[in-house]
Amino acid sequence: MKAALRRLAANATGLGIRMLARIVTAVRAEWAGCEPVPRQRIYFANHTSNADLPLIWSVLPPALRRRTRPVAAADYWLTSPLRAFIGRDVLDAVLIQRRPEDRAEGEDPLAQMTNALDAGASLILFPEGQRNMTDADLLPFKAGLYNVGRARPRVDLVPVWIENLNSVMPKGEVIPVPLICTVTFGAPLQIGDGEDKDTFLARAASALRDLGRPVETSI
Amino acid sequence: MSPHIRDLVMLLMGTVGFLALATVIAQTIRARVAPDGSNAGIENLIARIDAWWIMAACLGLAFLAGRAGVILLFAFCSFAALREFMTLTTKNRSDHWSLLVSFFVILPFQYYLIWIDWYGLYSIYIPVYCFLLLPIFTTLQGDERNFLIRISETQYALMICVFCASYVPALLTLDIPGFEARGVLLIAWLVIVVQMSDVLQYVWGKLIGRHKIAPRLSPSKTWEGFVGGTLSATLLGTALWWITPFSPGYAFLMALAVTLMGFFGGLVMSAIKRDRGIKDWGHLIGGHGGFIDRLDSVVFAAPIFFHLTRYGWTV
Repeated sequence: MKAALRRLAANATGLGIRMLARIVTAVRAEWAGCEPVPRQRIYFANHTSNADLPLIWSVLPPALRRRTRPVAAADYWLTSPLRAFIGRDVLDAVLIQRRPEDRAEGEDPLAQMTNALDAGASLILFPEGQRNMTDADLLPFKAGLYNVGRARPRVDLVPVWIENLNSVMPKGEVIPVPLICTVTFGAPLQIGDGEDKDTFLARAASALRDLGRPVETSI
Repeated sequence: MSPHIRDLVMLLMGTVGFLALATVIAQTIRARVAPDGSNAGIENLIARIDAWWIMAACLGLAFLAGRAGVILLFAFCSFAALREFMTLTTKNRSDHWSLLVSFFVILPFQYYLIWIDWYGLYSIYIPVYCFLLLPIFTTLQGDERNFLIRISETQYALMICVFCASYVPALLTLDIPGFEARGVLLIAWLVIVVQMSDVLQYVWGKLIGRHKIAPRLSPSKTWEGFVGGTLSATLLGTALWWITPFSPGYAFLMALAVTLMGFFGGLVMSAIKRDRGIKDWGHLIGGHGGFIDRLDSVVFAAPIFFHLTRYGWTV
C-alpha cells in the first residue's frame, strides 16, 4: 500500500516536472541523427544546469522514457529527502558516488552502469562529470563514457545537445526565464576497434559540439 | 438571444463552414496528388488548416467567455510570443532579472491595466515607464557589454509581443455610441480581416505568384500575392461592415489600413528572422511555426486600428 502510494506520488511528480519543463521552455526534440526507437542507447549530453536532466527526460517518448535511466551523482541527489525522492523514485536514476573516497566497500560506478544496461535499460550520461560553469562549450570528458562503451560495445552512444538552458537558468539562479530550448539527438557513435580512450573521447566531444553549432538555413 | 450574441454565432458558423470547405479541398487535393503524404507542400497546407481549427476554437471560446476570456487568451499569446522573441535577443547572464521582470511583472501588469480599463496608463506604460525604468534596472547589474543592444532588443520585444499585442483586447475598452457590448465583434472583425489577408496572400501567391517583393527579407512574398490578398481581404472586411460600427465605405478604408499594416508587419518580422538565421519563430502551432509567425500581422495592425477607431468613432 505504501509502495503503491509512493509510486503514484512519483508518477504525479514526474508529470509535474515534465509539464513545468514544457511550460517554461516549450522544449522541442530534434532527432537529427537517429530516430526515437526503442534501441538500447547511452545518451550523452552537455551539462550546464540542474534542469538538463528533466529536459532530456521530458522529450523522450513515454515508451523510451520508461526504459531510460539517468546516471546521476549520489553526492547531489541523496543530500535531502526531496532530492532523494526525485532522484530514486521519479527519475529512477543510477546514483553513483563521484569521489572514490566516498564509495562503500565494493561500490563500483562502472558495474552499476553495466548492471543497468544488462537489465535492459538505456542510460543518460553527462560525460563532463559536473555542470559546466565556464565560457567553454564543453569541459573535458571523464573516462566513464569510454569505459562503459568498451564494456558493452553493442550499445549505441548517442550525442545529445541541449541548447539555451544556461540562459533559462544561469548558475546560482533559482527562478527560470521562459525561453525556448531545443534538445538535438545526433548520430550514434561506437568505439572503434583498438581506438584508445583519448581519441574516442575527443571524437565524442566533437560530435556533441557539432550538434550545437547553428546550421545556416537555406530558406 | 441578444443581437451581438446572434452576430457572433453567425460569424462562428461562417468560420466553421469556411474551415470545413478548406479541409475538404485540401483533402481532395491530397487524395488526387499524393495520398501517401509525400508532397510536403500539401501536408503543410493540411497542418495549417488543422491548426486553424484549434485557433478558431480558442478564439470562439474566448469571445463567448467575454472580456476575461479575451484578455486571458491574449495574455497567454503575449507570453508565448515573448518567449519566442527573447530566445533570439542578445542577452548576458546579468540580464536574468530584467528578463524575469519582463515576463512576470511587465506582461501581467499591462493586461491588468487593460482589465481595469485604465487607458491613460496602459497606452504609455511600456513605451514610457518601462522604456526608462527597465534600462535603469539593468544598470544595477553593472554589466556594460553590449548594453545598448541588450536594452534595445528587450524593449523591442516588449513593444511587439506585449504592448502591441495587448491592443487587441484593449478594443473592448472603446466606448462607441450605439455599439455597446459589441466589442468582441470589433476584435473578431480585425482578426478575420488580417488573418484572411495572410491566407489569401498565401493562396494568390501559390496560384499566380511570380514576382518577389523582397527576396532577401521574405522569399515567399510576391507582388501577385500581396495585391490579390490585401484587395480580396479588404473586400471581405467591407462585406462584414454590419458587425462593425463603420459604414461600408469606412469599413473598406479600415480594412485596407489593417491589411496593409498586417502585410508590412509580416515583412518586418520576417527580416528579423532572416537576420537571426531562423525560418520560424517557434514550433507550437503545427504548419505555421510559432506564435509570432501567426500573430505578426495582427500585432502590427491592432494599435493603428485601435487609435483610428478611437479617434473617429468613440465619444
